[in-house]
Amino acid sequence: MSAPSTAAMNGHWGRWAGYGAILAAALIVPLVFPAFQTQMAFLWLMIVFALTWDVMGGQMGYNSFGNILFLGVGMYVCAVVQVGLHVDVAAYNASMGASALDLTMGQYLTGLGLGLAAGAVAAVACAVVLGAGVLLLLIAVIVIAVAVGLCNWLGLPPVLGVAAGLGAAVFMALRVPALRAHGLLSLRGHYFAIGTLGLGIAAGEVASGWQFIGAGSGMVTPLYPGELGGREQFFNAAAFVLAVATFFALRRLYAGRFGLAVNAIRDDEQKAEAMGLPTTRYKTVAWSVAAVFMGIAGGLVGNIVGFIDPRDVAFAGATYGVWMVLMAILGGKGTIWGPVLGAAVFHITQELFWTYLLGWQRVALGLLIVLIVVFFPQGLLGWVRARWPERFGHRVDSRAAEEAEG
Amino acid sequence: MLDNIQILIDAPPLLVQVLLDGLLVGAIFALAAYGMALVWGVMNVINLTQGDFVILGGFITVSVAQAGLNPFLGLPVAAVLLFGLGWLLYRSVVYRVVDKDLFISLLATFGLSILLQQLMNQGFGADVQSVRSGLGTWFALGGLVTITQVKVVAFATALVIGALLVWFMKRTRMGQAIRATAQNARAARILGIDTDRVYAVTFALNAAICGAAGALVVMTWIVHPYLGITYTVRAFMIVVVAGLGNLAAVIAAALGLGAAENMAGFILGAEFQLAFVYGLLVVILVWRSWRLARERKVLR
Repeated sequence: MSAPSTAAMNGHWGRWAGYGAILAAALIVPLVFPAFQTQMAFLWLMIVFALTWDVMGGQMGYNSFGNILFLGVGMYVCAVVQVGLHVDVAAYNASMGASALDLTMGQYLTGLGLGLAAGAVAAVACAVVLGAGVLLLLIAVIVIAVAVGLCNWLGLPPVLGVAAGLGAAVFMALRVPALRAHGLLSLRGHYFAIGTLGLGIAAGEVASGWQFIGAGSGMVTPLYPGELGGREQFFNAAAFVLAVATFFALRRLYAGRFGLAVNAIRDDEQKAEAMGLPTTRYKTVAWSVAAVFMGIAGGLVGNIVGFIDPRDVAFAGATYGVWMVLMAILGGKGTIWGPVLGAAVFHITQELFWTYLLGWQRVALGLLIVLIVVFFPQGLLGWVRARWPERFGHRVDSRAAEEAEG
Repeated sequence: MLDNIQILIDAPPLLVQVLLDGLLVGAIFALAAYGMALVWGVMNVINLTQGDFVILGGFITVSVAQAGLNPFLGLPVAAVLLFGLGWLLYRSVVYRVVDKDLFISLLATFGLSILLQQLMNQGFGADVQSVRSGLGTWFALGGLVTITQVKVVAFATALVIGALLVWFMKRTRMGQAIRATAQNARAARILGIDTDRVYAVTFALNAAICGAAGALVVMTWIVHPYLGITYTVRAFMIVVVAGLGNLAAVIAAALGLGAAENMAGFILGAEFQLAFVYGLLVVILVWRSWRLARERKVLR
């Protein structure tokens, strides 16, 4: 079984079986079980969550607890754009969706398209600024605050202060290289993990205090104008397209220079940097890649759920935020199929058994994390790989293996 | 926001009030932070269940008070029960991850944190709870500044517990064994110290400290099943600023955090106080790592 051609063929078979299963699920479920479309849409979104978490957590060794931030940012930005194209957002939120929008299909699709694009852009902007520019952002905020204060005191218009502050910040960014490229991504290991954990919760706290986007009472997304049942079908298809796009984009990225670079960072960042790899740039790109897809997914989640609660839907660290880590580890982090498998297994188990737990779901979730992390850290795919290494193209010296076992 | 700053400038007694409240609460944060530094330094585990231990201590005190007993009795009860829980958690889960990769132990304690949080939600309900201590209020600066006596008692108790811990670590056999294990676990094992037992005691002791802190929290403030993570983040922040194994620095950082947080809550509005805490975490981490990066080092 150690002939490379056989191993490659086995790999092929596995992969095509995977594609076949996914395509069959995508085509058959909407036709045969139209009632399960929302669950299917969430399955595809879960795959996106797990895959994008794995870009950082699995491939690059940067375990982020805060990727939920991008989901929430994408969700809110998308909803604000969808609403803002037609009515005043603050008034819409203040009336709690009483001024429900009556849109035509064309208007709705335009709004959704623009919203998703804006959400993706905003998520990437967050990733870049927080990943590599927290210090600069902080300085800019302080300088602007001081400048505005001075203008206030001198009786000048505050716009002048903002302009002066921005100018000073840009000047600093250009002149002081040490300030540039310093953000959350320059933290290592557990510091990064806890820093991002704080970030995700902070975003939820800010969103639930901000009146413009509805504060603690949340925001209602515009109604889908098509016929009954069309909404589920539409968003199921959109989520499927997103999952497929994410999968193939990441596969393409991992196969090239990017994949080698992020794996080098995971294995030894110091050495990678010493060999001339621009690590900060690669880390920022990796986080941005995760952010793009999470941002778009956020826009879709907001429209599928129909109501954005700041802590339980948008910045839902206790559900989606934890699940994405769990799913990636369950399937096997650092592989492309692992997160897909983990997401499918987790989501299906959850849909089948969760309702029988009657309020104990989250207790079970905590227990599940502990059990998986303690007893099964390599994940399903890691276990399969260790069990049948030759199927993954690893050559096994049977004599050495026997000696090792005996 | 500017209006609130103006109020503080115009009315200095209010400023004193805000700072004093923050400082008194800060001593409670110091307890949780000292426990975290202990576990981190000795076992090399960042314990994310810290805040949930605090909240659990608070709920135990609520139960003691509901049983008709003096709420101050809740403090030793919570400490003893949490010592047991800490021991149990170490013997069942934590000992398996002590030697593993830091992320594994981080994630394992994160899972435990969710587990405890949800069990408390099931057991004690999702309501905000508090306990009346039965103590009165002092007035200072001509009645403009109020000092609730229970906050002063909590402050003093926290300092006494801190002093007891220092004595324990310096003078008892177990304390010495803990410090030896922190310095070099392998050498300690060669010299006949049962490091596994040391770890168990360390983790249980930390839980007990947090439980006592929780009893103080519930008398001065409130508890809620989901508030644990805020205490974990505060403890982590304090330890990152103060370093491991420096009690004086931990207390200073904790008091500073308490004052800064209360101040921010007043200026930005109470709804943004927690956002400030988490934002400060990010800023402190990035600031520390920036200072180290200039010497070509990384935060470890």
